[in-house]
Amino acid sequence: MNRGKMAKGVSRRGFIIGSGASVGSLLLGVSVAGTARAKLAQVQPKQLNTFLRIDPDNTITLMMNQSEFGNGAYTSLTMMVAEELDANWDDIQLETAPTSPEYYSPIFGEYLTAGSITTAGAWIQLRTAGAQARSMFVDAAAQKWQTAPSELTTRDSHVIWQAGKREASYGDLLATIIAHDIAPPAEVALKEASDFKILGKPRLRHEGRSKVDGSAIFGIDVKLPNMLYGSVARCPVYGGKVAHYDDKAALAITGVVKTKQISAGVVVLAKDYWTAKRGRDALEIQWDEGPNAALSSARFYEEYRLLADQPGMLAENIGDAQSVIANSDSPLEAIYEMPYLAHATMEPMNATAQVSQDSCEVWVGTQYQSNDQEIVAKLLGLPQDQVIINRTLMGGTFGRRASKTADFTVDAVEAARGEEVPVQVIWSREEDIRGAHYRPLFVHKLRACLDDQGMPLAWHQTAVGQSIMQHTKHDPAYMVSGMDIYSIDGCLQEPFGVFPYGTHYTIPNHRIETHNAPKVGVRPHEWRAVAHTHTGIAYECFLDELAHAGDKDPLDLRIALSKNHPRMQNLLKVLKEKSQWETSLGENRARGIAARVYSVSPIAQAVEITLHGDGKFSVDRVICVVDCGFAVNPLNIEAQIQGGIALGLNAVANGNIDLEAGRIMQSNFHDYLPLRINQMPVIEVHIIDSDQPPTGVGEQATTPIAPAVANAIFKATGQRIRSFPLSKHGFTLV
Amino acid sequence: MITLIVNGESRTVNAEESTPLLWILRDHLNLTGTKYGCGMSLCGACTVHVEGRPMRACTLPLSAVAGKSITTIEGIGAEQLTPVQEAWLAHDVAQCGYCQSGQIMAASALLQENNHPNDAEIDAAMSGIVCRCGSYQRVREAIHAAAQTMSPAGRAV
Repeated sequence: MNRGKMAKGVSRRGFIIGSGASVGSLLLGVSVAGTARAKLAQVQPKQLNTFLRIDPDNTITLMMNQSEFGNGAYTSLTMMVAEELDANWDDIQLETAPTSPEYYSPIFGEYLTAGSITTAGAWIQLRTAGAQARSMFVDAAAQKWQTAPSELTTRDSHVIWQAGKREASYGDLLATIIAHDIAPPAEVALKEASDFKILGKPRLRHEGRSKVDGSAIFGIDVKLPNMLYGSVARCPVYGGKVAHYDDKAALAITGVVKTKQISAGVVVLAKDYWTAKRGRDALEIQWDEGPNAALSSARFYEEYRLLADQPGMLAENIGDAQSVIANSDSPLEAIYEMPYLAHATMEPMNATAQVSQDSCEVWVGTQYQSNDQEIVAKLLGLPQDQVIINRTLMGGTFGRRASKTADFTVDAVEAARGEEVPVQVIWSREEDIRGAHYRPLFVHKLRACLDDQGMPLAWHQTAVGQSIMQHTKHDPAYMVSGMDIYSIDGCLQEPFGVFPYGTHYTIPNHRIETHNAPKVGVRPHEWRAVAHTHTGIAYECFLDELAHAGDKDPLDLRIALSKNHPRMQNLLKVLKEKSQWETSLGENRARGIAARVYSVSPIAQAVEITLHGDGKFSVDRVICVVDCGFAVNPLNIEAQIQGGIALGLNAVANGNIDLEAGRIMQSNFHDYLPLRINQMPVIEVHIIDSDQPPTGVGEQATTPIAPAVANAIFKATGQRIRSFPLSKHGFTLV
Repeated sequence: MITLIVNGESRTVNAEESTPLLWILRDHLNLTGTKYGCGMSLCGACTVHVEGRPMRACTLPLSAVAGKSITTIEGIGAEQLTPVQEAWLAHDVAQCGYCQSGQIMAASALLQENNHPNDAEIDAAMSGIVCRCGSYQRVREAIHAAAQTMSPAGRAV
């Protein structure tokens, strides 16, 4: 396999990221419009617009500006182009779009794949790109055949003139486009949904073949000539520094090339990774552990509980929840506690870099390449466009690979700086689990009361945890008067800050407060579904407590409280029917339910559990109903729902990262337990039929599962779990 | 210098003999389809066949596989995808795809032993292979489908 040579200053090259024989090869120097006009006999590939290029052999190249980490972006976005271009699916290959502003997400204004908005963001943009290109081929054929564009149709990458009995492939029409200088039209009409042939139909993964034959190239699979491998010794306490180190024993190992200090610690470079890791393990290092060495999760829980009793910053105040609760004869109160969670992607963090005097090239699985580029450019004192990011496939992310600090990329760049050859730094699983980017630990204090009909009358919730966005470059967009939307999203009844949605519930008195806990110890980071991973549990479990106190069926209560959110109310009624909610499950079995709105899309799940004695329980079946607008690729939506449920179930059952004496106690899959196939429930996915524009589905399913399971455990045992994971209380998922 | 047979070819490698087979395959033989996940035989991403049996390459020292026949994901369907790989494709099992080499190698070994496993037998054979994306439901479906293709007659007795 040709993995290409290093070339300085080539700004338009990247991985071919499509399927087939070219996987992993590098595409060199793309000719763009205006360079090839004279040579019609040897037609060059033509960039039709920002996103599409076509070759004379009919290969259509989509410049892919969204990352693929299992989310299905490569497939869904290709479907949008293929639909409007009337292209043959097999003709389309993907190439990583360069890290330049024309490829930035129209929603984020950065080169970033996140927030379950990939499909929504591309929906108009990429369909327009496809429709523009199609229009150019039609115009070219009309000119070539001297007929009107309205006489022509398109199908399978061909323009067809039925009356004139002519047909030409898009590749064949390329010469005409160049000869007549046909430009993309300023305006194009997009298809009506009723005309879709590809969108809305189940579609197998674009890169699927490469993921069954071992040829898919993830960051860790990048091989470059003369590349060295790096393994880093990191301070066991986050933020600690190297005081002194001795590398004699490391250098004595055959194959170890050198050691050097980098920001993250000490890196050992060697001819292969195993040797680098042996070298790293042979280092003798004295650490200056710094100010975080006394921190612990237990202390944070205590501090946060105290903070939760204090008035916080006021995020929402509808009615007068405080007075109503104060005047209630029987107020309810509860504290919910959620631990740190690691992402623990199957592919540990890694990156490869080559640094020269005036440029830097990086190969990395990243969600966030404009940020990587910016940070690396600053680090090396280079113009930003001299940092080339070659994005690979990603072995999972769940948010981890949208690093605000570009931490794993910086490791590789610092390790490669001053070397003649490229360097790949691979984190061991232990480094990955202890990598100090976590779903932050949160404490929620909740108080509420019911009216005389048993319906929720007032709700007062205080969320305490580390802010993810404060003091980052996202602070202006995500912080509202000092409050982080990523701490409270999922509690608020009304839209807040940049998020155009609230919960689906209407409770007449609703007060939400928040405290930003001191930002020390670890780095709080987005973890699939972000705030909902804790607000969802607190809100949906406490609502269950209210249903029980008011003698209401928890699903009927949710339907009633969703009276001002027709999409959710309809969805909950579907769930009631599909889950056969009112039937009895029999002894030692119970149902639980939860419902959420995340990134606009409503979703609800009903779970069925069985108790097996000794705290053992199984989640047998999950019925999930989602309304994500138009269902672009139902097959991928189903996969995202299954995957979200698996991750959320794993977290509620076993997910726990503990900080003690500044150290993360967990280290690998024996103490940070992943979900295994025997624990996987049967999942039924029901997608609400919709003609609304598509909204997200990547993170939505992660959140209802946790409170739904906790609520089912209450139903089955009478035990209300308020601190997580469930394993802390003797419950074992089997 | 240790010689082993990888995907039918004799390969000689010059590496420290405690080096796990995983890193021999990946860094010395450039066969990157076999993945690193944990280094402790906890996740199965590195599953390969040694003399036809599924083994975790991340804890298997080079010295233990001298002269042995190793099959990796690159070897099983080199000519033509196997029924297991075809079923994986048809059921769109992969999400991120990183664990899928291990899943496919484990499933292939299972179907060699048991041509019509039930769900409990699938769970028992596959529970060592972790998928953080949660592709497990489709893993089960694909194994049943592959079993059907490989021996349509049904369960052996």
